[in-house]
Amino acid sequence: MSINVSALRSTNVLHCLECGKCTAVCPVSRYNHSFSPRRMIGRMLSSGNADGLIDDTLLWTCLTCQLCNERCPQDVDFSAMMRRIRIDAFSAGRRPAYSHGGALQSTMRIMTAPDLKQDRLKWIPKDLKVRKSGEDVYFVGCLPYFDAFFTDIKMDMLASANSAIRLMNRLGIEPAVMPDERCCGHDLLWMGDEENFKRLAEHNLKIIAAAGAKRVFFSCPEGYRTFSLDIPEYFGTLDFEVVYFPTFLAENLDRLPLKSNGKHQVVTYHDACRLGRHMNEYDSPRALLNAIDGVELREMVRHGAGATCCGTSAWCSCDMYSKQIQSERLRDAKSTGADVLVTSCVKCSVHFACTQNGPEEQDDIRIPIKDLLTIIAEEVE
Amino acid sequence: MAKKTAKKKQADFEPRIVVFACNWCSYPAADNAGLARMQYPANIRIIRVMCGGRVNPAFVLKAFEMGADAVLVSTCHFQDCHYIFGAKRAAENYERLENVVKLLGLEKERIRLEWISAAEATKFARVIREMTEEVRKVGPSPIKPNGRPDMLPDKIGEPEKVHI
Repeated sequence: MSINVSALRSTNVLHCLECGKCTAVCPVSRYNHSFSPRRMIGRMLSSGNADGLIDDTLLWTCLTCQLCNERCPQDVDFSAMMRRIRIDAFSAGRRPAYSHGGALQSTMRIMTAPDLKQDRLKWIPKDLKVRKSGEDVYFVGCLPYFDAFFTDIKMDMLASANSAIRLMNRLGIEPAVMPDERCCGHDLLWMGDEENFKRLAEHNLKIIAAAGAKRVFFSCPEGYRTFSLDIPEYFGTLDFEVVYFPTFLAENLDRLPLKSNGKHQVVTYHDACRLGRHMNEYDSPRALLNAIDGVELREMVRHGAGATCCGTSAWCSCDMYSKQIQSERLRDAKSTGADVLVTSCVKCSVHFACTQNGPEEQDDIRIPIKDLLTIIAEEVE
Repeated sequence: MAKKTAKKKQADFEPRIVVFACNWCSYPAADNAGLARMQYPANIRIIRVMCGGRVNPAFVLKAFEMGADAVLVSTCHFQDCHYIFGAKRAAENYERLENVVKLLGLEKERIRLEWISAAEATKFARVIREMTEEVRKVGPSPIKPNGRPDMLPDKIGEPEKVHI
């Protein structure tokens, strides 16, 4: 199979100087020495075909966290190139190693069935105000599924969605929550299943239009990224505004009745790669945390654009290297002296909690993990 | 009108049920049912697994993705498990599966967990009869006609060829 040249052009791969900065910063290369973005590019360009890459399991190892893009002097978009080659590989019948036996991928693909009638809104407590349709829509994402599936991780994954709706209600917004919402397709797209991603996106666009949305709020970084960048790339400009809810919240902080509960807690914040490097959203989560009296934010050594990834993406290729990356990140967090690790992405929380539950029983990775919106919601009267 | 077509559909509808049967109890039970010439509907496709504990929720979801109308997970009784705690693990896995299936809005009749020992051929035949009837009433899976399973393509697609 020859190389997809338009992919090379659009991702600047032909500008590569082979300086190796990508490999030097790559969190995967740090532990998995057979993985090297520089070598992968070099191999592909020198051999003139992508065959080797398509058959290589290393193709699925990249976390697409964009840390290499951040450091690249030539603006090579390695993560995007991985995605393009994965799409080719997927249509040629190659598959990544699915985590959890592929249960999550199957769930995503089952959601492409148009006649499916999900029962996904049972978790919303009665005291929260939501509607069936309206101009403001809250896109919940996969949280109900994670909460149902990851029962072994003792974590309330719906707390994030709960807090989001609670805070919206505080700001006088009664969001519409869609009973027929499907997966945003982020994971399918990033592991190369373009066809099913499009199917999910089409369905979601249809129901968002049917709800009469002018503004769609996201609390999940992946959904936010997918609707901001990927769906417009495939389907053109959207008729509604895509809003990352914590950003909206940070802009409306003065309208939020924050109280101090007298508790002093030291927190550290983990930048999710989809939110940080993909969407350039570093400030609003920090603004929110700094706005709370009792919260002291201590940054990890690697934060902001240099933050390391949580070690797994798209529910595939989770291996011992992922665990090492996660342990290292947890050690980073712990070494700040913080009491709580705050994340904006539920998947990051799941991955970290999984490592903490794992066989590695070291005290230096034990740190309570909390969701950003939950911390804010607790501080609001 | 709609009701009539639905009824007609029901009569014609032959459910396809995937059965995960463990090697030590449920699969021999199915064998014995056959040896004893017990009658049960031919709507099942048995997949033998070494242990019911191996049946990850992913297997069942994959079966649905590929068009199964219902899935039966059949293991040993807890105290008979060949691998000591396999049947228990099967029950744990099943609980997680149930959560997801509920969210997906699939009817509860579409999944079932059973404990059938090698000596219970009659129970095996009865469970299959019951389940086939129940699923026939519920109708075809909503995932079947339009859901595209993740199967390997027949032909390998070629992306555009350009020389550089």
